[in-house]
Amino acid sequence: MVDAKTLTHLERLEAESIHILREVVSEAEKPVMLYSVGKDSAVMLHLARKAFYPSPPPFPLLHVDTTWKFQEMYKLRDRMAQESGMELLVYQNQEAKDRGINPFDHGALHTDMWKTEGLKQALNLYGFDAAFGGARRDEEKSRAKERIFSFRTASHGWDPKNQRPELWNLYNARKAKGESIRVFPISNWTELDIWQYIHLNDIPIVPLYFSAKRPTVERDGMLLMVDDDRFPLEPGEVPVERSIRFRTLGCYPLTGAVESEAATLPEVIQEMLLTTTSERQGRAIDKDAGGAGMEKKKQEGYF
Amino acid sequence: MSGIITNDSVYQTDALIAEDIDAYLDVHQHKTMLRFITCGSVDDGKSTLIGRLLYDSKMIFEDQLAALEADSKRVGTQGQEIDFALLVDGLAAEREQGITIDVAYRFFATEKRKFIVADTPGHEQYTRNMVTGASTADLAVILIDARKGILTQTRRHSYLAHLIGIRNIVLAVNKMDLVDYDQAVFDKIVADYTEFANSIGITAFTPMPISGFKGDNITGPSENTPWYTGPALIEHLETVEVNSAVDADKPFRMPVQWVNRPNLDFRGFSGLIATGTVKPGDAIRVLPSGKTSTVSRIVTMDGDLDQAVAGQSVTLCFADEIDCSRGDVIALADNPPQAADQFEATIVWMADEEMLPSRSYWLKIGTQMVTATIQQPKYQVNVNTMEHLAAKTLDLNAIGVANLSTDKQIVFEPYAQNRTLGGFILIDKISNATVAAGMLHFSLRRAQNVHWQATDVSREFHAGLKNQKPAVLWFTGLSGAGKSTIANLVEKKLARMNRHTFLLDGDNVRHGLNKDLGFTDADRVENIRRVGEVAKLMTDAGLIVITAFISPFRSERDMVRQMMQPGEFIEVHIDTPLADAEARDVKGLYKKARSGELKNFTGIDSPYETPLDPEIRVDTVAMTAEEAADAIVARLIP
Repeated sequence: MVDAKTLTHLERLEAESIHILREVVSEAEKPVMLYSVGKDSAVMLHLARKAFYPSPPPFPLLHVDTTWKFQEMYKLRDRMAQESGMELLVYQNQEAKDRGINPFDHGALHTDMWKTEGLKQALNLYGFDAAFGGARRDEEKSRAKERIFSFRTASHGWDPKNQRPELWNLYNARKAKGESIRVFPISNWTELDIWQYIHLNDIPIVPLYFSAKRPTVERDGMLLMVDDDRFPLEPGEVPVERSIRFRTLGCYPLTGAVESEAATLPEVIQEMLLTTTSERQGRAIDKDAGGAGMEKKKQEGYF
Repeated sequence: MSGIITNDSVYQTDALIAEDIDAYLDVHQHKTMLRFITCGSVDDGKSTLIGRLLYDSKMIFEDQLAALEADSKRVGTQGQEIDFALLVDGLAAEREQGITIDVAYRFFATEKRKFIVADTPGHEQYTRNMVTGASTADLAVILIDARKGILTQTRRHSYLAHLIGIRNIVLAVNKMDLVDYDQAVFDKIVADYTEFANSIGITAFTPMPISGFKGDNITGPSENTPWYTGPALIEHLETVEVNSAVDADKPFRMPVQWVNRPNLDFRGFSGLIATGTVKPGDAIRVLPSGKTSTVSRIVTMDGDLDQAVAGQSVTLCFADEIDCSRGDVIALADNPPQAADQFEATIVWMADEEMLPSRSYWLKIGTQMVTATIQQPKYQVNVNTMEHLAAKTLDLNAIGVANLSTDKQIVFEPYAQNRTLGGFILIDKISNATVAAGMLHFSLRRAQNVHWQATDVSREFHAGLKNQKPAVLWFTGLSGAGKSTIANLVEKKLARMNRHTFLLDGDNVRHGLNKDLGFTDADRVENIRRVGEVAKLMTDAGLIVITAFISPFRSERDMVRQMMQPGEFIEVHIDTPLADAEARDVKGLYKKARSGELKNFTGIDSPYETPLDPEIRVDTVAMTAEEAADAIVARLIP
């Protein structure tokens, strides 16, 4: 069907991502991969294993934990770290922990302290000068304009008006002491590409992406899963078993589920293609501050 | 919206997805990918066209569509209709300005291909963004407003697309709905464009009459243009040849990114194949060393490959243990690229700070990183008229042709033959910013013919005869700080100690060696480069060299430091507050500078970059010239 010389789009995307991963390892002093355990992280980790095979990827995985992820995410995280032969660093913001910051009582402060602050603290603590992240340009409008190598000042700020031009596949990874780079190897992948690649390569993902009967409650129009007994139920409220799955994974009290019967990967892809709601809608984070919510967050240091 | 045929077979049919997802996935898996750019003037309707492509290919979800409808009513420019442009314009700053200010990448797919669109701005000052977007593109869509015809921007975008080597150019005459789909308007624009295109070397392009807003000739033929028999935009995009297919037919070249060495039994060389194909058993040559071997394996995590082609990231193993590391290029043994260290190149300047001829920049080409200096441009190109203009330097968005030299040989091919081995970026050594992109034309001479002449009387012997260790005492500071006075005292003291010295004074050098140079930033850089080279020769001769130059820029002082043997460069900052130097004004220069009679005067209208970490700092407020000279001599000869 396809001429042996013409690569498919997935082959080209894979080659580009591997090239990026190798450039960073060659030019950065202390790289790290931010691993959020979601499907994009799963693909990014798989690409890293391919890039350096037969060596294990020569950098650790960093999970900036909020303590509020789904239990199944923690399970897969530990399993994948072991399978890949990589060191797993788990970082939790001590201040957020001490103050008991949680998504039920603290809203935006929860994301700010556990994720944005936690990430900055972790990067500073270990002195990483390059961090791989699994963001994609098709996710959100401000992402569409971000470079693959995105520079951060010593205080982790992002200046969208002062980005380095990226020509051909030549990446300038030079930086002053204290500055760091966020690198997005899967920038050019779409949601469909991610799913198709997972399918073709049989990459392990968190089972929550597949439909199953799970205990749920409804809050502000979002279906939330009661993942553990920290979930504050209203008086008399009883979780309802529903056949649900997740299109995106984060902190369980902030991640909306969809009702679905898609229990296999092709069914999930089928549902994704036929659905009419975009991926990030299930997440509360993009909705603050009007249309420029994510851009503002990124300037403040959010990934 | 009557008369527009949307060719539904172009896009994924929901039916196939619903009925047989496996069959659909099989089709999707085998799609190829095309990257293209859209370029046009501010109001040519670029964002609207891209919004339309996303909309038609169902890349807009219902919630995004709802937000789009709301935004269209609030800030849109299309009245009550949907403003597709809002879908594409991303960052807050440009929303306020209503223009696209950066390169944005968009994604959509049809039944045959996946597309990545670089949306590049049409605004005059953003040449660098367009060049950036074009560098990865297989095709360019040049948009023209049918009511306006060919504008200055059209010429500029076409020139840039051609410069960056894009072979497929689509001339999309947009807003045909606003000229009543008049064939005469279209034909006139095509005729005008043909004449212009030929004049700059574009030999082929595909013209088409469209309306991004109404949808004419986007996915299928429009009944509004029965006189047009060519392909619709999408049909064309689905069938043109992509670059990687062309690259696969060229000789094999792979820049080495990383050496994979998990244990003593495995040694692999990882990289992205730039051109050609490779198979186990192929004879290869590693450049620039020229060592040869054969490929024993092509290793991937999914098993060894029988063959790999341009565009793939692979790891190669060799039959023999030969030296090969990052920056080397693996090539076909009997058809390797050349290595050289002097070139002619086209340079696109991308920084606010202008290019300084003779300054050292990092040059990255493939995986090679070297130091490069650029000569004064042979000419600059006026991107609106394509005229060649005389130029002393290049400033933001300027494009010029210049010779450049690198501190060591690089493996290269002309950009027209090989984007990977011919395209480079320049990086400022202090700010680390990417300041330029360039394309190599050819080497000026074969570097292998140039050798260092080996001499029998070594620099060590020269120094030994004089019974001293060579050094450069590099005085830097404002005019009137006291550099020459203190330098003179230091030389006298050293002479009394029987040291062999030489004082290079700023004013004196400008009477001879550098009398052709003025005081612009570019000339100041060249002034210091020459003095640095002379000082270096003198240290080779065993002398202690004392220099007294304002040398206002950190980059050049660092450049001279790099020229010298480690430890031989001693930076002496004669630190005098500007007010004190101006109050002294021994030569009356500050007065002239203040009155505007003297231009480019350091401290007044030209910057002085204070040394961050000089070996010696002399505070002229706290010590006399005599005390300063003693301190410097004591530091040199403890």
